[in-house]
Amino acid sequence: MTALVQALGDGVVVARRNLIKIKRVPDLLVFATLSPIMFVLLFAYIFGGAVDLGGTGGVDPGLYREFLIAGIFAQTVVFGATITGASLAEDLQKGVIDRFRSLPMSGSAVLVGRTVADVANNLIAIVVMGLTGLVVGWRIRTSVIDALIGVGVLLLFAYAMSWVMAVVGLLVRTPEVVNNASFIVIFPLTFCANTFVPLESFPAPLRAFAEWNPVSAVTQAARERFGNVVPGAGVPDVWSLQRPVTYTILWTAVMLVIFVPLSIRMYHRAASR
Amino acid sequence: MLSGHLSVVRPRVEGMSTPDPVSSSSAPRPAPPSLVSPPIAVRARGLVKAYGSIRALDGLDLEVPAGSVLGVLGPNGAGKTTLVRVLTTLLRPDAGSAEVAGIDVLAQPKRVREVIGLSGQYAAVDEYLTGFENLDMVGRLYHLGRGPARARARELLADFRLEDAADRPVKTYSGGMRRRLDLAAALVARPQVLFLDEPTTGLDPRSRNDMWGVLADLVTGGATLVLTTQYLEEADRLADSIVVIDHGRIIARGTADELKAQVGGEVIEVVVAQAAQIPAAAKVLAAVGVGEPFIAEHIRRVSVRVAGERPAAALLVEALRELDAEQIPVLDVGVRRPTLDDVFLTLTGHAAEDQAPESGSDSSPKQRENAR
Repeated sequence: MTALVQALGDGVVVARRNLIKIKRVPDLLVFATLSPIMFVLLFAYIFGGAVDLGGTGGVDPGLYREFLIAGIFAQTVVFGATITGASLAEDLQKGVIDRFRSLPMSGSAVLVGRTVADVANNLIAIVVMGLTGLVVGWRIRTSVIDALIGVGVLLLFAYAMSWVMAVVGLLVRTPEVVNNASFIVIFPLTFCANTFVPLESFPAPLRAFAEWNPVSAVTQAARERFGNVVPGAGVPDVWSLQRPVTYTILWTAVMLVIFVPLSIRMYHRAASR
Repeated sequence: MLSGHLSVVRPRVEGMSTPDPVSSSSAPRPAPPSLVSPPIAVRARGLVKAYGSIRALDGLDLEVPAGSVLGVLGPNGAGKTTLVRVLTTLLRPDAGSAEVAGIDVLAQPKRVREVIGLSGQYAAVDEYLTGFENLDMVGRLYHLGRGPARARARELLADFRLEDAADRPVKTYSGGMRRRLDLAAALVARPQVLFLDEPTTGLDPRSRNDMWGVLADLVTGGATLVLTTQYLEEADRLADSIVVIDHGRIIARGTADELKAQVGGEVIEVVVAQAAQIPAAAKVLAAVGVGEPFIAEHIRRVSVRVAGERPAAALLVEALRELDAEQIPVLDVGVRRPTLDDVFLTLTGHAAEDQAPESGSDSSPKQRENAR
């Protein structure tokens, strides 16, 4: 029990250190939020005029924006997880991890402090994107509680992704490589999903992948909870998208169960090379 | 000779409080029993660590008496950093055992971490935090508690002349200031044993001198200190005893004077005018000296150790006549006492500051055999 309390205390100390960095290097946050803003504007005004959500008798850009924002939310928080990996790699490179390892602190606290601070990063990004969304006509059409559940699902999935990226960061040990390596995985993961276009147009094998892609479920969950389900964009009759919140929580749990212990083990190994 | 310039030798490791870099008078200390030899603060037996075919540590044994300063001397790649990483629990050895302050490093790493301080080769401070925030964080992670951690941070910042920069992000610090902060971080919990891995590598001469001043104060404060360095001058100046390591093993140990005496004799040096004349000059010096002459190519200096009946000056005159006869112009000559550089050269067959450890490998195994 005391060990747990101590681990939590250490985690808070490390998280505070990481949050101070957000404050001291605002450029990081500026660029982390500028790209989603760019995505909102690009997709809304370029694809919005071309994507036919069907059923409404023609292309409706306003409807597309309604559909789009939840997808951008999901994409952004998934990309945000790379910050976890890149920061850990940087700490390893600069010897900060060596210092932590020479202190009588809890070993997992470095990772807990890191991932918790990255939740704050994601929350800020969601707020900035939400405001941009409001500007282009997106609205939350449900209750406050539903909206909070929507944000909660996004953050929960992002938190699990952070632990996945922690493993990547500890494995490759160079921040630049973390960014490039994760791009190769994250880009298809966030595009081969219902994030930007409805799944009807996908060829069959891609469609099957997209239907069970957890990013699709996260997007669908956010869309439902924010009240942005567009009648024309049909939801495939698969369990993962019919019960997106449950499916996301399942994925999150599985990812945490695998990647939390794995990254803690890798942390000890990575630091002791 | 051991701990000759230390103020106090404490009888029990457990009772030690450490090194305040500036005020060594802060705590009353138990009277030292005069005839008891000090306990061992660091003990290593048969340490082995291999990376593929390279044995970074190759059966290394070590004992450091409490309250003394051990200088671990060796070129890049000799195994110094690996040794420190093993002793500070960062790295598990493949074989062997180690104790720090009487605690088994392998069995109880967390307890060891409570009583040591480590300052590594790279200044491992967070550059986005201020100096104060860095030390405060380290204090909190030592579980000093909020108030004491803050007080200790302010105290150390004052001790290390960082008060003015205390609330500036470390990003704005100079290299020397970062090193001082890193050292301060290692002292936060008043460790019983302090490990410094090349504390002045990469510093300009002025900052290095500064750092030596700080370390000398620490040493007078009665710390047990393990200091790795590739600078012989640093070991000479700070350490009570020195171990010379190469290829993961200790090839010599003793005080600086003992090591110099081990080399013996004196050294003749000649600087020639042109690089092309170096081989000829080396041949001449080889005839009067003991062993192979050492060539410092970039400054066209050839030196050789001399020993035996005849005085070094006479041998120098003989060498100069020979050089003159062969029409080799000489820019500078001299006879000097051996430095730790010569010790290193004699023991390992390559210079201490060689960048590539392989460079002297042709001659080194044989010479190392001789040295043992």
